Amino acid sequence: MKLSKLFLSFISAIAILFSTSVVSFAKVVGDKIVLGAAISLTGKYSSNGVHTQNGYNMAVDRINSMGGIKVGGKTYKFEIIYYDDESNPKRAAQLAERLISQDGVEFMLGPYSSGLTKAIAPVTEKYGVPMVEANGASRSLFTKGYKYLFAVLAPANLYLDVAIETAVELNGGKPVKIAQAFEQDAFSQDVRLGILDAAERTGSKIIIDDKLPKELNDMAATLVKVKQMKPDVLVVSGHTKGALTAIRQIAEMKVDVPMLAMTHCDAAKLSKQHGKNSQYALCASQWHKTLTYKDDFFKDGMTYAADFEKEFGYDPPYQSAESSAALLVFKDAFERANSFDKKKVRDALAATNMQTFYGNIKFAEGGQNVDKPMVLFQVMCDDAGKCENKVVAPLKWASAKLIHPIPKWSER
Amino acid sequence: MDFMVFQYPMITVQACLDGILLGILFALIAYGMALQWGVMNIINIAQGDLVILGGYIAYFMYLYGIHPAWGVIVSPFIMYFVGVGIYKLVINKVVDRDLFISILATFGISILFMQLMNFAFGADVVLANSGYGTTFLFDNAVVLPNSKIFSAFISIIFAICLVIYMKKSKLGRAIRATAQNARAAKILGVDTEKVYAATFGINAALCGVAGALISITFTIHPYMGLPYTIRSFMIVIVAGLGNLPGVAMSGMGLGVFEEFADYLLGTEFRIGSVFLLLVLILVYRRFKLSRKREYLK
Repeated sequence: MKLSKLFLSFISAIAILFSTSVVSFAKVVGDKIVLGAAISLTGKYSSNGVHTQNGYNMAVDRINSMGGIKVGGKTYKFEIIYYDDESNPKRAAQLAERLISQDGVEFMLGPYSSGLTKAIAPVTEKYGVPMVEANGASRSLFTKGYKYLFAVLAPANLYLDVAIETAVELNGGKPVKIAQAFEQDAFSQDVRLGILDAAERTGSKIIIDDKLPKELNDMAATLVKVKQMKPDVLVVSGHTKGALTAIRQIAEMKVDVPMLAMTHCDAAKLSKQHGKNSQYALCASQWHKTLTYKDDFFKDGMTYAADFEKEFGYDPPYQSAESSAALLVFKDAFERANSFDKKKVRDALAATNMQTFYGNIKFAEGGQNVDKPMVLFQVMCDDAGKCENKVVAPLKWASAKLIHPIPKWSER
Repeated sequence: MDFMVFQYPMITVQACLDGILLGILFALIAYGMALQWGVMNIINIAQGDLVILGGYIAYFMYLYGIHPAWGVIVSPFIMYFVGVGIYKLVINKVVDRDLFISILATFGISILFMQLMNFAFGADVVLANSGYGTTFLFDNAVVLPNSKIFSAFISIIFAICLVIYMKKSKLGRAIRATAQNARAAKILGVDTEKVYAATFGINAALCGVAGALISITFTIHPYMGLPYTIRSFMIVIVAGLGNLPGVAMSGMGLGVFEEFADYLLGTEFRIGSVFLLLVLILVYRRFKLSRKREYLK
């Protein structure tokens, strides 16, 4: 009895050893370049995690079907190993370890959200594994001196910068009064820092500076203050629940403010969930399908959106577009490095200077993309109550004129 | 610290009214908790998750074009059976054990519900729009969304109905008898098993009503249950079991407290202040208790 148990554990130990060694040379297998990614498929980020995964998959299919990646005269195809990080930073870091040390992955794609990217970055850095990430915009990611981290998106502090600039410009260049409410998380706090910078630069005054809790569902107190103090701009950033709560309560409490700027409007499906109440809200976005950037794989934003819709059945949010762009960046870097050496690929990534359907990509020292401005769109509704997001700034891509100031509720 | 709330008297009025309307809704959830705590001696950590599930029922009605206010009728109906189901599957196995076991069990249910809801409904924040408009008071200085007023009104109606039901109906009497002395009730022919199931069902139904109201007034998200559990726990701790007016008063008190904490300390400390208050009250109660004991010596 005892002997058979011993024997069984011996066998299973060998089996475990064997199963791990089988996959441990997986970085480039045959004609496949294996990338690793920990993605939030369950847990609180699961919807955006799926957007990210769809974006990755779409680009993998597209690049593979259009000739793959040419390195050293040979053609390779992309393949991604996914693990579910359960929206949990600790788990994400473990999975990054596992991808690198067990599965032998030598090139990583980023997870969803700044928090999870922050958890993974030290791991990829330790092993010298280049990571191109598309969903971590927090400024703190780019100030730590990471050498192997590259982000295709603009850093969080630039999200609503444009809104303050625009407000000042519309005020005849004179400073404005700003009210702001930000969630207590890495991303939103970075957006806040951006606003502080913009306020200082323009001489504007911040008259309300509220912080919102993670479990926010009531911001009436902030809005009462807004009613009393009458700022020129109200800035809100608290992920989807911040956007939804703000619009609901602004409409219910009939808060009149000349400009309302937010983040996460498209993820929150504002115009769908709130209809006409969300009209005139200004939203920061990394990307919009009407932008006219071009590349050879997805052509342009409109084509990308149509293809994405055909494949996944919904309009792509910017989270998907930027994730697709990450693979275009990897392909470009592999071909320029003409090698699978991690160091060489890293150097090639650092020298990236290209245009994708998502925008221009050029990395600064810290790894953030400095060649792609944020866009602002405004929710605009027709009389039938059908609402659309129209780009209003920067002017180069504007498909509609900014409506400012927002009409008072009594006149709507 | 921001003392704006005292500089403008109308903001004080606004905060009080907001708090009272909110507190009435909390009190409804707390009443369900008190009921089942009193009858079965179970602290239900999954209370908030039942609330959220009830909210999703209203939300799905809204998605299919039915006015979410009907959720107030439909949601408790469905939730009653969910509650009875939970009782039959889990709670009846822990109902005679000590409090710790039941807390663990309901904590497990809470995690399970969170994950199931996340799996089934997705992690998006959702809400149901009632389109009820707004009431303006004192020359527009105080604004009250009608959805909040509606919520408070419905909560009061349900609470009154429940009180009458507990007083007059056969089941209500059986529940009260079981709460007083389960063993004696059993000897006198009350089917305590049935009473327990019904109590858990009624609690879940109350959560269903509250959830539907929350989907109309606030937002719904699979992970937002815990703050509602904590609030109702706290209200029950303050009011004591089987003290309905107490539950209503401490509910409203908590609502007003939260609103003022929001204005004075900032929104980020809103839930934090509730937790802090809970700790203070527990410490105070313990202090009082120990004094009593000394007196007895």
